[in-house]
Amino acid sequence: MARITGVEVPNNKRVEIGLTYIFGIGRSKSKQILNEVKVDINKKIKDLNPDELSRIRKYIENKEMVEGDLRKDISQNIKRLMDINCYRGRRHKRGLPVRGQRTKTNARTRKGPRGSMIKKRK
Amino acid sequence: MARSVKKGAYIEEKLLNKILASRRSKKREVIKTWSRRSTVVPEMVGLTLAVHNGKKFIPVFITENMVGCKLGEFAETRNYKGHTSKGKK
Repeated sequence: MARITGVEVPNNKRVEIGLTYIFGIGRSKSKQILNEVKVDINKKIKDLNPDELSRIRKYIENKEMVEGDLRKDISQNIKRLMDINCYRGRRHKRGLPVRGQRTKTNARTRKGPRGSMIKKRK
Repeated sequence: MARSVKKGAYIEEKLLNKILASRRSKKREVIKTWSRRSTVVPEMVGLTLAVHNGKKFIPVFITENMVGCKLGEFAETRNYKGHTSKGKK
């Protein structure tokens, strides 16, 4: 078990997959990182030597926005939209789709379960 | 998102001239505009623009955060207050 960026504890999978357990890193970013720090994609996390681990850690800490920082960034972006009261902000406030999807039917992901609309709306 | 950087942000020429003029004159009067498609540019910050929504002009005070959006995003064209509740009838 290894610890990267605070709480992340990826298990004994390949590094490429293990890194995707971190919020903000997917398959392609994971590949890109491992390429950059010259670590074999197919190595298991438990087989990494301390040097490789620290290289990965360093790279992520310095170059990538992950976990809390990323979450904060996203919610601040949304908050900015809501504060300036633009169309996208209003859609966020109301919990409706933001990117012009239809709302006559569907849009259940944004709207939540059927019939609970009144509760959700502020 | 799709617009070429080379061209710069789109903004109606007449509106831009009006804005620059009002900045020079230091008078803070509301500028009426129909140009909902114009981008909010840094020059507009601090001004109040009255953006047409198809029926009337909605006053919009431009802040720094708004730069990059289109003017039309701030003046809603549909006004839907919800259905009348059964009890109200």
